[in-house]
Amino acid sequence: MRFERREHRPLALIVLTPLLAVAAALALSGLLIAAAGAPVLEAYWRILVGAFGSRLSATETLTRATPLMLTGLAAAVAFRARVWNIGGEGQFYLGAIATAAVGSQLLSGAPGYLSIPLLLISGALAGMILLIVPLWLRLRFSVDEVVTSLLLNFVAVLVVSMLIDGPLKDPLAFGWPQSQSVADAAMLPKLVARSRLHWGFGIAVVLAFVVHFVQSRTVFGMKSRAAGLSPDGAVFAGVPLARTLLLVACLSGGLAGLAGAVEVLGVKGYVTTDLSPGFGYSGIVVAMLAGLHPLGVVLAALFTATMFVGADGMSRALKIPTYIADVTVALSLITMLVAVFFAQYRIRR
Amino acid sequence: MSIVLDIIASVGLWAAVLRIATPLIFGTLGALLCERAGVLNLGIEGIMTFGAMIGWLAVYHGADLLTGLLVAALAGAVFGLLHAALTVTLGLSQHVSGLGVTLFASSFSYYLFRLIVPLSGSPPTIEPFAPVTVPGLSDLPFIGPILSAQTPPTYLALLLALLLAYAVFRTPLGLAIRMTGENPHAAEAQGVNPMAVRYGAVIVGSALMAVGGAFLTLSAFNSFFPTMVQGRGWICIALVVFASWRPGRALFGALLFAFFDAFQLRLQTAVDGVPYQVFLMTPYILSILALCVMARRARVPQALMQPYRRGER
Repeated sequence: MRFERREHRPLALIVLTPLLAVAAALALSGLLIAAAGAPVLEAYWRILVGAFGSRLSATETLTRATPLMLTGLAAAVAFRARVWNIGGEGQFYLGAIATAAVGSQLLSGAPGYLSIPLLLISGALAGMILLIVPLWLRLRFSVDEVVTSLLLNFVAVLVVSMLIDGPLKDPLAFGWPQSQSVADAAMLPKLVARSRLHWGFGIAVVLAFVVHFVQSRTVFGMKSRAAGLSPDGAVFAGVPLARTLLLVACLSGGLAGLAGAVEVLGVKGYVTTDLSPGFGYSGIVVAMLAGLHPLGVVLAALFTATMFVGADGMSRALKIPTYIADVTVALSLITMLVAVFFAQYRIRR
Repeated sequence: MSIVLDIIASVGLWAAVLRIATPLIFGTLGALLCERAGVLNLGIEGIMTFGAMIGWLAVYHGADLLTGLLVAALAGAVFGLLHAALTVTLGLSQHVSGLGVTLFASSFSYYLFRLIVPLSGSPPTIEPFAPVTVPGLSDLPFIGPILSAQTPPTYLALLLALLLAYAVFRTPLGLAIRMTGENPHAAEAQGVNPMAVRYGAVIVGSALMAVGGAFLTLSAFNSFFPTMVQGRGWICIALVVFASWRPGRALFGALLFAFFDAFQLRLQTAVDGVPYQVFLMTPYILSILALCVMARRARVPQALMQPYRRGER
């Protein structure tokens, strides 16, 4: 048995790949639900109802999808250029705490039209810096950025924990470790009244289109894809590799940092160490499910958010641990890898 | 200064060094074995988590502690098989596959744990490994009390490092593993089956990682809780680079690392005014520094992360 590269890949196959992968992942976690003695179809039905059954739940799902889109885009642009940014979680937290710090200390009196853009930029900058470190270490000392960006996740969360225990501690939070809040004027306006859905969702969708445009229509996009397809070939063709990768890192880290900023300005207004239920890590799955395509990221983030939000209600009704959502999302990464492989190769005897 | 000397001269510190090093030794040796055959196994963090969970669960349900370790090893081997199928047979990106295995293994272990042990105020506990006294050794001054504070898995880890050092550099099997990691085509020309070697190395390596995880619940603590592995797997990946892919140095690296960790834990209680988070950060920052110092000097297995397909270059 051997694998042979497909000469021709029909569009239908490319579109079907993620759908098949998700179906396979749902089937596999269905086995786990069945093993727990719960009705599988009812469980999935409850997840769907839990995620979209009411106005409240639908807006909640879109709210949850917002940071996932941004961390997903962050992973997608990085992976395209083979910058293995696994530090989305840390960049998210650093972006969030930078936003809370600047928002509560410097810009607490500024009007919204001034403070919102400035705060979003501070979050993005913080995320950028956290990814530039591992990339610089890769370029300077040839250290694999996978491990360094992963290790920095732990450092970033500890930095956040230190700041909200110390200089940024909210004295009114009854000793609960929580940062001071940004001013109400700096909060992103609501997209739907009487819900948590905020304009961050719009920002994320627009950015998906912007990233798509940058990747497919600009010189930088071409260079970054070339750097990912073949670094040696890119250098030979005159692409300045280090500079291109650095820009990719700025874009990727910036997007992940922005995710943190948007989550602070859109939902909470302050930072705690459980602000992210693994948005950075899920962003990797989102990017892979999307086939690293920026517009696909929007859909993949919606699927992931559906699982996470829907699993809450299902879990309460059927006594299945909510972790089933994490299992399904992780499984869909693996099934997607396999599905992409078989979209590219056929089996020959 | 006297604080530092007091800490270094204490038996407690050195006993803690061996205890902290044990999961790292297992994990680092496991990762090293995979990488020597040419496969980066980023599944380590999740595999350690699963090992910690399933080993604990087995003991909680009445198995003895050694069986618990064995169950963990078997589960680790199964995840190793998954990683090998993805990276060796299909030749997928080792980075992404490994992350997939980590995400799956850790979320699956939380799911299984929560399903079997419902949330309660105080987590259920087991009776963990008790320290063993080795006749003769435990009577030695200073070293005796340090050794007699250790549990059997620690001795197993130390033995394993020596065994693996011997196996990798002094046996035909070790040669086959190293050849596969350096140049699978040449290995195949010599009659070695690179696919089989990679499968074997990843499966056995993953089993070792899971045992390292199980040490956490069966010896270091007596209960399981999510996120208890705390990046130890990633630190092991860094330690493999620090060790230049040599088992002896991996043992040294793990001990050195554990020394710093045990030291900072004691310094934390002795020094006032520094936020405890600064101390907690040190292991991760040390790992990054170790990578920077060693990455250039270390000789990477040449075929690491390169999928092997017969008849293809």
